[in-house]
Amino acid sequence: MSIAGKNIDSIRADFPILNLQVSGKPLVYLDNAASSQMPQQVIDRIVRYQKAEHSNIHRAVHYLSELATREFEEARVKVQHFLKAKESREIIFTRGTTEAINLVMHGYGRSFIGKGDEIILSGLEHHANIVPWQMLAEEKGAVIRVIPMNDQGELLIAEFEALFNEKTKFLALTHVSNALGTINPVKEMVAFAHSKGVPVLLDGAQAAPHQAIDVQDLDCDFYAFSGHKMCGPTGIGVLYGKAQLLEKMQPFMGGGDMILSVTFEKTSYNVIPAKFEAGTPPIMAAIALGTAIDYLNGIGLDNIAACEHELLAYATKRVSAIPGVRIIGTAAKKAAVLSFEIDGVHPHDVGTILNADGIAIRTGHHCAQPVMQRFHVPATARASFAFYNTEEEIDKLVEGIRKVQEMFS
Amino acid sequence: MSDMRQLYQEVILDHNRKPRNWGAIADANRHAEGHNPLCGDHIKLSMNVLNDKIDAIAFEGHGCAICKASSSMMTSAVKGKTVREAEMMVEEFRGMTTGTLNPETRENHLGRLKVFAGVKDLPSRVKCAILPWHTLHAALTSVVSVSTEGEADPIPGSEIGGQ
Repeated sequence: MSIAGKNIDSIRADFPILNLQVSGKPLVYLDNAASSQMPQQVIDRIVRYQKAEHSNIHRAVHYLSELATREFEEARVKVQHFLKAKESREIIFTRGTTEAINLVMHGYGRSFIGKGDEIILSGLEHHANIVPWQMLAEEKGAVIRVIPMNDQGELLIAEFEALFNEKTKFLALTHVSNALGTINPVKEMVAFAHSKGVPVLLDGAQAAPHQAIDVQDLDCDFYAFSGHKMCGPTGIGVLYGKAQLLEKMQPFMGGGDMILSVTFEKTSYNVIPAKFEAGTPPIMAAIALGTAIDYLNGIGLDNIAACEHELLAYATKRVSAIPGVRIIGTAAKKAAVLSFEIDGVHPHDVGTILNADGIAIRTGHHCAQPVMQRFHVPATARASFAFYNTEEEIDKLVEGIRKVQEMFS
Repeated sequence: MSDMRQLYQEVILDHNRKPRNWGAIADANRHAEGHNPLCGDHIKLSMNVLNDKIDAIAFEGHGCAICKASSSMMTSAVKGKTVREAEMMVEEFRGMTTGTLNPETRENHLGRLKVFAGVKDLPSRVKCAILPWHTLHAALTSVVSVSTEGEADPIPGSEIGGQ
């Protein structure tokens, strides 16, 4: 196997953790939708920053502060290019996707969504794109409407369109489902929402690591993602927002860096993006995210998408051929997520037994309980792949599943 | 624990396949529900306590093999015991699965329940084994509904799911 002309072994060699032994077996890491692993290049960048570049940013005039500020702002430009955003000031650093969505709920929702207004979500959402909107709805007396899906885990577009009326004020939608892997036709859905004058937030946590994103082409109003799912560290995420929307929004948190001037009578807020970045940000993590983007670009997002598509196709073929195993989520367009259940075996038993062979999968409701309810399961087992996974690792998963079945037969 | 056969022993798999004391007691004078948000384990326990003794006990619900087998074996173990004896077993079982009681070196009343000792090496699964015992304790003290959420957790927050 190779990606972009690079041998898979040389790509795997970039990830020190893949050499780990778990339960005395080589680690088979298939929990990439929860968090991806970090290449040496990003680890080195973190070490270099902490050893020779660290200081607080946007403040002092000394050498280190200016260096850290420059690196931090360069990371913002890398994110801008990664998302193909028009301007770097449209990129706001957050702690992660969850904080980015909460920022929009507080900064936009609390100003522009009121009593009786309607917010549309999809049945595929992660709790991070449900709970903030429920909190807003409760506070304002707004109403949540939900786009249903079919048995394959695809959103029903006609029903989606029928949800819109003059009270609809916002659409918050996942780009790719974390529980099922469904890739939603977000460009078409954004266009429809806009035809009704409704702004759209896309949760890109599961999309950004696996395919090229172009926010201007999608024309979404907000796009959120997390660094740790795309070879970066935890504690850093991004909110992209169209400048004219960000400018009319209220700040999310108050504090240093987000102000122009403060007196006890009146504070005037800084311009974007600083308006939304109160306090000292995760400087090291933002710079490391920039390096992770460089790393992914080095391989090429299109190459990554193609490689993961092959892995998914192989895994789907192998796992669906095992009698007594059901794949949950069979959308025509899917990212590299394989949710499944084994007849008569609870997913947590599956996870525990696979772990004994060094195989890491996720078991549970994946923070998407409404999806579980839709498919009438308490939980699923989920294998999720990254470009550094191999068909041999999928073979080990298949072997592990057979072992579980044998044990429970 | 690398050998899963130490945990998923035949006796556990058998109780998972054919749980004993399955169902509900119609005229129960004690009952409680237990819920483990991590697995979605959910059990309903009903019993009749007569003259301070557990005269009848039954459970139903759904959950992983560890939880179902633990529920099944618990109901068999406490039937006929006094409330005090049953409460002592709750404490001993909790001690064994959280690693504070070594059933091989300290006197105890756990008997066959010792097959669950291995779960102490799997912190994320301890709650699956303990849930029926929490539920038993709740039923005996007439707390109607319990969740493993409120209990001391060997790994705090381990059952709160991320992605």
